[in-house]
Amino acid sequence: MIPELGLFSLILALSVALVQATLPLIGAARNNPAWIALARPAAFAQALFLFFSFGCLTWSFLHSDFSVLYVASNSNTLMPTIYKVSAVWGAHEGSLLLWVCILGAWGLAVAIFSRDLPDAFVARVLAVLAMIAIGFLLFMLFTSNPFDRLPNPPPEGRTLNPLLQDPGLAIHPPMLYFGYVGFAVAFAFAIAALIGGQMDTTWARWARPWTNIAWAFLTLGIALGSWWAYYELGWGGWWFWDPVENASFMPWLIGTALIHSLAATEKRDTLKAWTVLLAIFAFSLSLLGTFLVRSGVLTSVHAFASDPSRGVFILIFLLVVIGGSLTLYAVRAPEIRSNARFDLVSREVGILINNVLLLVATLTVLLGTLFPLITDALGIGKYSVGPPYFNAVFLPVTAPLAALVGVGALARWKSDRFGRIFKPLLVPLVICIALGFAFPAVVMGHFTIAAAIGMTLALWVAWTTLYGIWARIGAKTNRWQALWQLPRGFWGMTLAHFGIALFITGITLTSIYSHEKDVGIKAGESYVLGDYEFVFDGIKSTRGPNYSAMTGTVRVLENGRLITTLHPEKRDYGPGAMPMTEAAIDPGLFRDLYVAIGEPIGENAWALRIYNKVYIRWIWLAAIFMALGGVIAATDRRYRLVKVRDLQSDRRTVTA
Amino acid sequence: MKAKFLIPLVLFLALAALLGVGLGLNPKEVPSPLVGKPTPKLSLPALDDPNRIVTTEEFLGQPWLLNVWATWCVSCRAEHHLLVELSKHGNLPIVGLDYKDDAEAAKQWLRELGNPYVVTAFDEKGRIAIDWGVYGTPETYVIDKKGIIRYKQIGPLDVKTLEEKILPLLKQLQEETA
Repeated sequence: MIPELGLFSLILALSVALVQATLPLIGAARNNPAWIALARPAAFAQALFLFFSFGCLTWSFLHSDFSVLYVASNSNTLMPTIYKVSAVWGAHEGSLLLWVCILGAWGLAVAIFSRDLPDAFVARVLAVLAMIAIGFLLFMLFTSNPFDRLPNPPPEGRTLNPLLQDPGLAIHPPMLYFGYVGFAVAFAFAIAALIGGQMDTTWARWARPWTNIAWAFLTLGIALGSWWAYYELGWGGWWFWDPVENASFMPWLIGTALIHSLAATEKRDTLKAWTVLLAIFAFSLSLLGTFLVRSGVLTSVHAFASDPSRGVFILIFLLVVIGGSLTLYAVRAPEIRSNARFDLVSREVGILINNVLLLVATLTVLLGTLFPLITDALGIGKYSVGPPYFNAVFLPVTAPLAALVGVGALARWKSDRFGRIFKPLLVPLVICIALGFAFPAVVMGHFTIAAAIGMTLALWVAWTTLYGIWARIGAKTNRWQALWQLPRGFWGMTLAHFGIALFITGITLTSIYSHEKDVGIKAGESYVLGDYEFVFDGIKSTRGPNYSAMTGTVRVLENGRLITTLHPEKRDYGPGAMPMTEAAIDPGLFRDLYVAIGEPIGENAWALRIYNKVYIRWIWLAAIFMALGGVIAATDRRYRLVKVRDLQSDRRTVTA
Repeated sequence: MKAKFLIPLVLFLALAALLGVGLGLNPKEVPSPLVGKPTPKLSLPALDDPNRIVTTEEFLGQPWLLNVWATWCVSCRAEHHLLVELSKHGNLPIVGLDYKDDAEAAKQWLRELGNPYVVTAFDEKGRIAIDWGVYGTPETYVIDKKGIIRYKQIGPLDVKTLEEKILPLLKQLQEETA
């Protein structure tokens, strides 16, 4: 009964979405206030039905209702409760449900927090969001119904993929989806502006906080995925250029470009058509990414081949959404007039360079990800490209980006001079180079040119970013007061840019100075790696709630003093599941000690994988800085002010 | 309408066309340059008895299958029951090639899921698999009486492929003279 209610609720959500996608749009076109007014209640109702449906599926999981195919395939009675809940979005059907629920939640948020925006505009935005929801709901109901029943329910279900039975991965997909789907809001704002022909700078101001929040979620989601891969896969790496990772990284890159161009559009009334295009791109890549991740468009063609009906549906959906919006863009964009002029040396040009580099970076990732498909489709053969390709093409694009990030933020809008920007930076540049070259030799104890360049770059980004604060307050008489009065948008930018410095430090040092060793070791023996002695005390059998495990004990000594005891595990989730390696990690700001159990290699002897990963936490710390920056910038008071002027300008365009 | 605003749409349509073509493609069908050629050398210890060396010469004079698998491979698990079925019917030798795996886990796997293999060669480091052009697991090679590779299946076997391709081919190979 409960699953049927869930399905029924899903169908109701679709019905509401059909209304929400059409009537408010027509109402906005014909200036019919009653129809326009439908948008908000519809968004409320749609979200309500979606949440209820999600609750029904969760209920089925919690009560282990194995008559539901999806539950039987992804859960069993022994699974801890938290994983019964996270199993709701652990596979294709449920993750789609989570996706539409989050879309519903964003729609609800727009309906609630848009009181200051013109009703007609909000109606268009909500209508566009509902169109996207319709696509997803149809996709679910026709090809991927999570509530399908089994005629003969099994007494016990299969288990959730053990890889996913992990707290990090339980919250990773929702984070990522909040990011992906959040770009739908920016997209809807852009499309609403195109439909309404209201392509001045106001839509950009409204879209900015939403885009920032979505981007912050996506940043955290990607970082969580990277962190999870690091400790769960037992390989000690943090990024693998896997198609699924790339799928989340591409919208992030474009989203980053969008955040910057939105700033230029809003503040300087420039790059307007370009910003609209980026908003479309960011969401298009999110759509592509969602499908790549969950229905494996990129293992792609694997999923297409395994279920052609899903593949065809996906393609049609992409054609309608992306093709439709790009057509609309082609029709409307020529009407966009940009009156603002800017000089060669200006903040606008800085943002343009940022956008071009990020776009090129995205295209290189897209090319690498789709390469197997391209060569296959052209009949050249089957090839795929790996991390060497990505590292080779990605670094040359992103290094200049990092070098310019702080400088670009120092440039003035409209017109500036090289001399004014660079004069105060010359001495710091020399100091950054000196410190950057000294750091590897002095602190890390071993000089390499790559580390020196990386550290110079990191210090340069950090300095130019922090100098930006001084540049804002240095000339003021009361500097403390000026510091206090700096807008949150500025603080957000500063935090996020400073995060880049942390990130460069992290990847440089961890890739160059980490130690790793695979050793065969007997109980009672020890192994010395750098400054640390790892004493292996043996392995014993243990049991978890739904797995049995071999648990090792490794004591770590530094200068003969015990600093931590690690318990790496090898878990067996029973027949039908892959054995899992649970690495044990002693985390630290400057180094992670990481031990994973390999295979038994004889009497009492085991293969152990021991790492000393230096500065690896800085990579995720950087992501936290960036995400925090995005959120702080989104709370800038400029977005909370009622814009009476906007209301008036909207009225003009509605009647126009 | 200015042409430059159409560029994104055109690029996207090209991408969509690519995806559309991709729909019809099967990434599992990787052409193997080895089809029609003699088997590469195989000389590996058997999984259950490291002292026994498995070679291709043992199987000359009869058609046989080489199935590349590993315990860490999910699709291998999916196709395993088909191999077990196949091994029960007919006198076709199926040789396993356990690829980049852990010996204990592999033995455990065969105990749990059944052992369709006359013998399993244990390629711990995946060195031999390189010679055979192993692309991923699972992969299945059909080899004729003279030791020539006649067919290569990349990805898991399924009933359709077995019935339409592999079984008829094996029947034909049985009738060929060595």
